[in-house]
Amino acid sequence: MTSRELTNTEAMAEALREEMTRDPSVFIIGEDIVAHGGIFGQFRGLPEAFPGRVIDTPISETCILGAGLGAALTGMRPFVDLHFADFMTTAMDEIANQAAKIRYMFGGQAKVPMVIWAPDGAGLSAAAHHSQSLEAWFVHTPGLKVVSPCFPYDVKGLIKTAIRDEDPVVFFMHKKIFGLKGHVPEEEYLIPLGKGEIKREGRDVTVISYSIAVLHALEAANRLASEGVEVEVLDLRTLWPMDMELIAQSVSRTHRVVVAHEACITCGVGAEVAARIQEELFDELDAPVLRVGAKRVPHPFSPPLEKFVIPSSQTIEDAIRRVME
Amino acid sequence: MRNTPTAEEMVWLYKTMCRIRAFETKVQELFAANRIPGFVHLSIGEEAVATGISSVLRADDYITSTHRGHGHVLAKGADPKRMMAELFGKRTGYCKGKGGSMHIADFSLGVLGANGVVAGGFPIAVGAGLSCKLRGTDQVVVCYFGDGASNRGPVHEAMNMASIWKLPIIFACENNQYASTTPFSYSTSVERIASRAAGYSMPGVTVDGNDVLAVREAALEAVKRAREGGGPTLLEALTYRLRGHFEGDPQRYRTKEEVEKAKERDPIVRLASFMRKKRLLTAKLEKEIQEEVAREIEEAVRFAEESPYPDPEEALQDLYAGDVAQAAMGGLR
Repeated sequence: MTSRELTNTEAMAEALREEMTRDPSVFIIGEDIVAHGGIFGQFRGLPEAFPGRVIDTPISETCILGAGLGAALTGMRPFVDLHFADFMTTAMDEIANQAAKIRYMFGGQAKVPMVIWAPDGAGLSAAAHHSQSLEAWFVHTPGLKVVSPCFPYDVKGLIKTAIRDEDPVVFFMHKKIFGLKGHVPEEEYLIPLGKGEIKREGRDVTVISYSIAVLHALEAANRLASEGVEVEVLDLRTLWPMDMELIAQSVSRTHRVVVAHEACITCGVGAEVAARIQEELFDELDAPVLRVGAKRVPHPFSPPLEKFVIPSSQTIEDAIRRVME
Repeated sequence: MRNTPTAEEMVWLYKTMCRIRAFETKVQELFAANRIPGFVHLSIGEEAVATGISSVLRADDYITSTHRGHGHVLAKGADPKRMMAELFGKRTGYCKGKGGSMHIADFSLGVLGANGVVAGGFPIAVGAGLSCKLRGTDQVVVCYFGDGASNRGPVHEAMNMASIWKLPIIFACENNQYASTTPFSYSTSVERIASRAAGYSMPGVTVDGNDVLAVREAALEAVKRAREGGGPTLLEALTYRLRGHFEGDPQRYRTKEEVEKAKERDPIVRLASFMRKKRLLTAKLEKEIQEEVAREIEEAVRFAEESPYPDPEEALQDLYAGDVAQAAMGGLR
């Protein structure tokens, strides 16, 4: 085993390179991806390595998604780049009415092996149209699988699995963690969808989280450790299917739970997690499950405004203190 | 006329139109008798469009269809029995009772699905066309749509994309004069939808959509162009919907006289009369064909009626393809 560090961007590019080499039906489609290599450089090197299989499109999200869908229905494995998660609204019919439902409403005739990849998240003063975290919409939509990892190891393993999966997978990556470095082995590996991971063990309280909020949870956990509070950090990685088994294991050790995400708190993934814990694990709880998420306003532009709206390691720390009372 | 179909092809055109008409007339009857749930949209009077186009398609070509799709799917070769069973909501239907009239698909025939969303087929057709190109095949894709769909945004994106990549797509507009209840003349900025093709640097052709031979000839050229890598064509077929938007539509937006007048242009009557003149349709053959399709449709109804409903729990199947157990674990509650 060699120890090697990659950024999330590099891990993603490596996953794509491996899968495109392995399977000629894999192609990438989206805006600004050939000459520019993707707006975050996530596809750099791939257009040269796979001529004709990294396809620039006009600004036409509806048809970018549709192009992926129609290709998936007819034997290809598209990886669709939607530029910013916010723009998924302009392809929502194709995602929610078509890609998600086609297999079911045609009685299982069709397979939709497609990855819908979109950078999401706030914290860059990108304001209301370039900052959202919309994963709850897609978890709410039967037929989709939803992935939102944090670390390069998980990004690589989950992208490879998502590409090989026979169903539409909505894959979110937070814009602020593209440069995050982490260990990625040279050897090939896959990470199954629907499996979370404990990123930090602790006996006192579980923070259930995903995406950038995992980093915030870990920061909060480190601070609280100096006070003798041992926080367990559970990274869901996949939001649907949801790893209730891992949640149950952790909650039955710690008996106290905070669910934290950057998305708007109302009807967010945290609401689903909290509801299921109280339905299925009520007897394990020593305190009500608390949620941390963004305030229910569009993302404002000005840094102090944005900082006030979105959660941070401090808001997670505050919630942990409350749940420990 | 160039490319006049052979006698055999002519009979196929006639029989196919009769089959669609018989299927939908029966559906109309069954729906009125409350034997089909939900709601249905019939294409009675528009049979020449799907028939003319399908007559020049190969088995491995693709179509995307619409909410008014029975004709498209039948013309592509779908089994009336499985269609009827689907309309009845039975397990033996094309979609095991999960789709109904608006969601019939047969992937083995290249039917990528009827669609409940107006213009929903456009983006899918672009993807299928791109896939043909990436896979290096000479398949083509027909994207059926109505005059109502022509005003939706995805149409612009799809036509632009199909044009820049020269995708093998025939955008086939069934202009039946009404978007639900709204007249074409009110809702559309152009007199001919085909004229919009100019904006996408593709040929735009308008034909009499109640003349199956005219449709066939225009389709032949569009399909040839697509198959040879020449790119998409916008083919507008002017037709008329003889039934309401849906069965039960009070049709306050048009007069009975208008509908009666349109019946004079019935595409089946017109082809029959043309074939009789050419001595291609004897009274005997006509009777045989009518009896054959009537028998097929009766069989379809019997099959649908005798088929079982799905078990309620089957509602939880067919959501995910891969990793079914895993998806069910977190997936169905």
